[in-house]
Amino acid sequence: MRPRGSTNWYVPGSQILVWGCAAATAFGDTTPSPTNIFAPVSTPAKSIFGLSLFVLAVTGAIFLVVFTLLLYSVVKFRKRKNDDGREPPQVYGSNQVELAWTVVPVLVVVALFMATARVIADVQKIARPDNAIEVIAIGHQFWWEYRYPATGVVTANELHVPVSDASHPTPTFIKLLSVDTDHSFWIPRLAGKTDLIPNHPNRMWIDPHETGVYLGQCAQYCGTQHAKMLLRVYVQSRADFDRWIQQQRQPAALADAVSPGQRVFETTACLNCHTVAGTVANGRFGPDLTHLMSRDTIAAGAAKNTPENLRQWILNPAAIKPGSLMPAMQLSDQELDALTAYLETLR
Amino acid sequence: MSTESIAWPSTTAASPSFVDRLHEWIVTVDHKRLGILYIVYALIFLVIGGVEATVMRIQLIRPHNDFVSPEVFNRMFTMHGTTMIFFVAMPVLFGFANYLIPLMIGARDMAFPRLNAFGFWMTAFGGLLLYFSLVGANGLYGAGNAPDVGWFAYAPLTSQTFSVGHSTDFWTLALLVSGFGSISTAINIVATILCLRCPGMTLAKMPLFAWLNFVMAGLVILAVSPLTAAQIMLLLDRYLGAHFFDTQAGGSAVIWMHFFWIFGHPEVYVLVLPAFAFASEIIPVFSRKAIFGYPVMVGATVAIGFISMSVWAHHMFTVGMGANVNTFFVISTMAIAVPTGIKIFNWLATIWGGKIEFKTPMLFCIAFLFQFLIAGLTGVMMSAAPFDWQLGNSYFVVAHFHYVIVGGILFTLFAAFYYWFPKMSGKMYSEPLGKLHFWLFLIGFHLTFDFMHVPGLLGMPRRIYTYEPGRGWDTWNLIVTIGVFFQTAGILAFLGNLLWSYYRGKAAGSDPWDAWTLEWSTNSPPPAYNFAVIPTVKSRRPLWDLKHPDDPDWKYE
Repeated sequence: MRPRGSTNWYVPGSQILVWGCAAATAFGDTTPSPTNIFAPVSTPAKSIFGLSLFVLAVTGAIFLVVFTLLLYSVVKFRKRKNDDGREPPQVYGSNQVELAWTVVPVLVVVALFMATARVIADVQKIARPDNAIEVIAIGHQFWWEYRYPATGVVTANELHVPVSDASHPTPTFIKLLSVDTDHSFWIPRLAGKTDLIPNHPNRMWIDPHETGVYLGQCAQYCGTQHAKMLLRVYVQSRADFDRWIQQQRQPAALADAVSPGQRVFETTACLNCHTVAGTVANGRFGPDLTHLMSRDTIAAGAAKNTPENLRQWILNPAAIKPGSLMPAMQLSDQELDALTAYLETLR
Repeated sequence: MSTESIAWPSTTAASPSFVDRLHEWIVTVDHKRLGILYIVYALIFLVIGGVEATVMRIQLIRPHNDFVSPEVFNRMFTMHGTTMIFFVAMPVLFGFANYLIPLMIGARDMAFPRLNAFGFWMTAFGGLLLYFSLVGANGLYGAGNAPDVGWFAYAPLTSQTFSVGHSTDFWTLALLVSGFGSISTAINIVATILCLRCPGMTLAKMPLFAWLNFVMAGLVILAVSPLTAAQIMLLLDRYLGAHFFDTQAGGSAVIWMHFFWIFGHPEVYVLVLPAFAFASEIIPVFSRKAIFGYPVMVGATVAIGFISMSVWAHHMFTVGMGANVNTFFVISTMAIAVPTGIKIFNWLATIWGGKIEFKTPMLFCIAFLFQFLIAGLTGVMMSAAPFDWQLGNSYFVVAHFHYVIVGGILFTLFAAFYYWFPKMSGKMYSEPLGKLHFWLFLIGFHLTFDFMHVPGLLGMPRRIYTYEPGRGWDTWNLIVTIGVFFQTAGILAFLGNLLWSYYRGKAAGSDPWDAWTLEWSTNSPPPAYNFAVIPTVKSRRPLWDLKHPDDPDWKYE
C-alpha cells in the first residue's frame, strides 16, 4: 500500500496509460479524446486515476496468471492422437489446494478494499472550504441550469469555474438538483459522475488544475434527448473568471427603444420559458437568455452558437435536437429575422 | 359402410393431426415438453432481441447517424434489455432446468406438473404482453408504441408525467405476469429437488447441476418478489394516485432503484448459476475427470447465493448514498469475487490431468472460462466505487455485463444446447456446423465486446442514440458494429444446425458422450415416464460406477 499523500508512485504507469489511450484515440481519430478518464486534471479525477492504476495492476496480474494456467492446461491436457483410450486418473479434490486458492483471493480482496475505502473517504468526506466557489447545477430535460448563489449569476449548459492552483486551492463545490427526471453530471477529466435526482440533493466537487474547456455529457438516461444533453466546463484563470462573473451579473444590454425582435419575444410564448434579466421575460422552464451570446453553443451543446443555427433552432428545434421540449415557434420569416437579431444583442 | 367405420379410427391412431399434436403440446404437463416449450419460446425471443441489438449497432456505426430516430432507439434498448433478460435468459435456463433436473435426480416429473405448465404459460403471456405494446400502447387512436424507459425503468421517468400513454403499463404488466411464472417455476424446482430425489441420492450426492439450480431457484423466490412488489407500487402510482416514486409529491426515486436492484443483482446470479451448472456438467465429461472439489463447489454456490443478496447497491455508487454506504457495498461486492474465483480454479483443476476432447460443447465451455475470467476482473474494477464513478453507466459497463451474459452465460448455453441436443431430440447435431458456429460467434463476440470497453474509458455514456464526432469513439464503434454481423452469422449457423440435425441428424443413442449422470441412462429422447425403473445411486456419478465396477466412485466419496 502506498503511503498516504505520496502521489508520484504511479507516474510510470500513468505515462503508459496516457500513451496507450493517446495511441488508442489516434488509431481512429486525429485528436486525442477530450473525455479520456485516464487524463485527469482535477483532484477527484486524479484520486480515481491513482486507484484505477492499482486496481488495473492487481486485476492485470490475476489475469496473466490465470490466463496462462488455463491456456497451459487446455493445450497440455488435450486428448492426443495416440491416446490409449483409458480414463485419466480420477482426482476428487484437495483441501490444501482449495484452502490456498481461497486465502490468496481473500488477501487480494482485503488489499483492494483498503485502497478503495481510502479514496472514497478522500473524495466524499471533504468539508467545503470557505473560499470554495459554490454552484447549483439543476438538471432539466435536456439541458443544464447553473446558479451561483453568492453572486446571483444564472446561466445554462456552459459552466465557468476558476482554475485551482496547488498553493491557493479554490475548489468548486456543486450542489446537484433535478427538476424532472434523473440525470448524471459527468466530466471525465475532472471527476467521476454524480447523479441529479429529483427530491434527493447531491453534491460533488472539482478543483481543475489547468485552464481549458472540458467536455462531458449527461450519463443517466433521462428521456428522448438524453444523447444531446452535453456538458462544457470552462476553467479560467481567476481574473478571467471574476471578469466573467461581473459580466454575467449585468442585466441584458438593451437599446433604449424596444426593438421589433424584443417585441416578438415578449408577445409570443418565448417569455413563458425564458428569462432575459431587465425585461418582462422571467420564465424558468428553459435556459436563461440574458447573456446568450456569451455562450459558444446552443441547445445544450448540440449546435454552435451562430446566427444561422439560432434561426434554425427557433424555426424548428427538432431539426437540431428531435425530442427537445422547445416548441417550433411558427413565426413568419420577418419575425424570425427580428427575433434572431434581438437575441444577437444579448451579450 | 363397414370398411369406412374400420378405416377411420385406425388412420387417426397412426398419425395424429396437426391440431391434435398442437393440443397435446398446449395442455402438456410433462416436464420435458414444458422444458422444450420454454427453450423454443426463448429462441424466438432471442432472434427478436438480436434484431433490436442490430438496429442499435447500425445506428451507432458512425457519429450523427440517422438510421433511426431517438424515440425508436430508446424503445430498442428498452425492449432489447427487457426481452433478453426476462424472455430469453430466464425462460431458456428454466427450460433446461425443467427438462434436466427430474432426469438427473431420477424422478419421473417435477413435483407440481400443473404448476409447471402454469409457470410456462404465465411467462409466455408476459412476453406476448410486452410485444403487444407495439399495437396497443397508445390505445386505439394512435400508432403503436413500445416502452422506452430503459430496462431498469428509473423513476420518475415512468410516472404519468414523463411516460404518457400505456407503453410503461405494458412493460410493468409484462414483468408482473412473467414474474409470477418465474416464482412458481422456482418453487417447483426447490420442491422437486428436496422431495423427489431417487433412492441413495443424498443432497451431497446430487449432480452439481441440481445444486446450482436449487440455489438459483431460491434466489428467484427472494429476488423476483421485490420486483413484483415494485411493479405493483408503480401501477398504484400511475393509476390510483399513490406517491411511492412521485418525487413531486415527496416520493423517492431512489426507493425504486433499491427495489429494482435488490432484484437486479441477484438476477445476475439467477442467470449465471445455471451457466455454472452447465459448465460443471460438461467440463468434467469432456476432460474425462470427476469435478474437482465437489463440496467446495457446493459451498461456493451457497456462498454466492447469500452474498449476492447484499451487493445490489453497487449499481448505485453514483446516486449519492454517502461514503459509508458506498464502502459497505464495496466490500460485499468484492467478497463475491472469492467464491466465484474458487469456481474458476476448480474447473481449471478438473481440466488439469484430464484428456480434453474438443467437441463443440467443450469449445464453448473453454471460451467461457477465459471470458468469464475477464468479465469477473472487470467486475472487480467496478466494485472499487471511485473507479465506478468513472466507469458506471458508460460503455465500459455495457461491455462488462455483456461479457458476463454473452461471454459467460450464452456461451455455456450454446454448450448446453449441443451437449443435451442428442438427449432431447434423439439425433446427433452436425459437428462441423457446430464448430463453424463456435468460431463465427467467438470472433463476433470479441470484436464487439472487447472493443466496446474502450469508448467507455473515453467517456461515452450508454443509452445515447448518437454521439459527437471528435471524441475518439468513432473507430471503436465501427469495430463493435462489425462484430455484430459475425455474431449474426454464428446464430444462423446455430439455428440451421438445430433444424438440420432435428430432421437429418444421425441417431444419437442413449449415451453419446460416455457421460456419468442419470439422464444418459435412459432413451434419447426419454419416454414420458423417464425411467422404466427408478434408479438407485451410490455416488455422484452413477453411470461411472456402472461402467467401472472395479473402481467405483462410492469408494472415495
